[in-house]
Amino acid sequence: MQLKSAMNGTTLVIRVAEDRIDAAGAIQFKERMRDLIQVPCTRVILDLSPVHFLDSSGLGAVVAVMKLLAPDRKLELAGLTPTVEKVFRLTRMDSIFTIHSALAEGIRNAG
Amino acid sequence: MPAERVDLIEMPNEAQFLMSSDPMSVRDGLQQALVATPLARLSIDDRSTAEIVLAEVLNNIVEHAYATETGTIRLCLSLGAGRLDCRIEDDGKAMPNGKPPEGHLPEAQDLPEGGFGWHLIRTLSHDLRYERQEEMNLLTFSLPAEQSTV
Repeated sequence: MQLKSAMNGTTLVIRVAEDRIDAAGAIQFKERMRDLIQVPCTRVILDLSPVHFLDSSGLGAVVAVMKLLAPDRKLELAGLTPTVEKVFRLTRMDSIFTIHSALAEGIRNAG
Repeated sequence: MPAERVDLIEMPNEAQFLMSSDPMSVRDGLQQALVATPLARLSIDDRSTAEIVLAEVLNNIVEHAYATETGTIRLCLSLGAGRLDCRIEDDGKAMPNGKPPEGHLPEAQDLPEGGFGWHLIRTLSHDLRYERQEEMNLLTFSLPAEQSTV
């Protein structure tokens, strides 16, 4: 599971450099994220633009990361591709995340 | 004068894929199915729906039917007019109460980490049927299948 993290001011940006977050990779995703969010930061944006597919296990792992950040920080999402967006919409989990259409917009707008 | 003979290239509308009961094998099997006929012939949107539903069904089989044993999963796809008929067989444990879960969507506010799978399957599929045949689970359903014009 390739995750690339970088600081942009006080915002931690983590890019998922993978084609999919599915049942075969969800646990690894959660564990890698747990390590990466240890750095001090005010915001965390997850850039999902390379991810073309996310299943319910992957969605559960993203929610789990949101819970690891609570209560002081929230997980924001950017760059949802059509299938990923569909999974968030059909499960109504799009209602609990701040979702930016692209990473640049996410960095500009404090969510 | 004899009519000119035209050799029609027959496009197969059916395919079968075999997977073993682990997440990696399911990922590989699903990716193989997506680039092969009949799924490769669907519109992007219908292919995306098929990927979501099939991934949930296959992963459920790995997690539940084959929770305590290993075995084979058989995925059969058949493309008809406007619909993709899916048939999935496994030799694992039967569904609890002999039927697939209702798939009630958990409340987003409760930050659920699971329980989305059957909601996605039931929302996106049609004519879902489950049967236990001897030692085999048989799940059939159909998915929307507009053929790509590309």
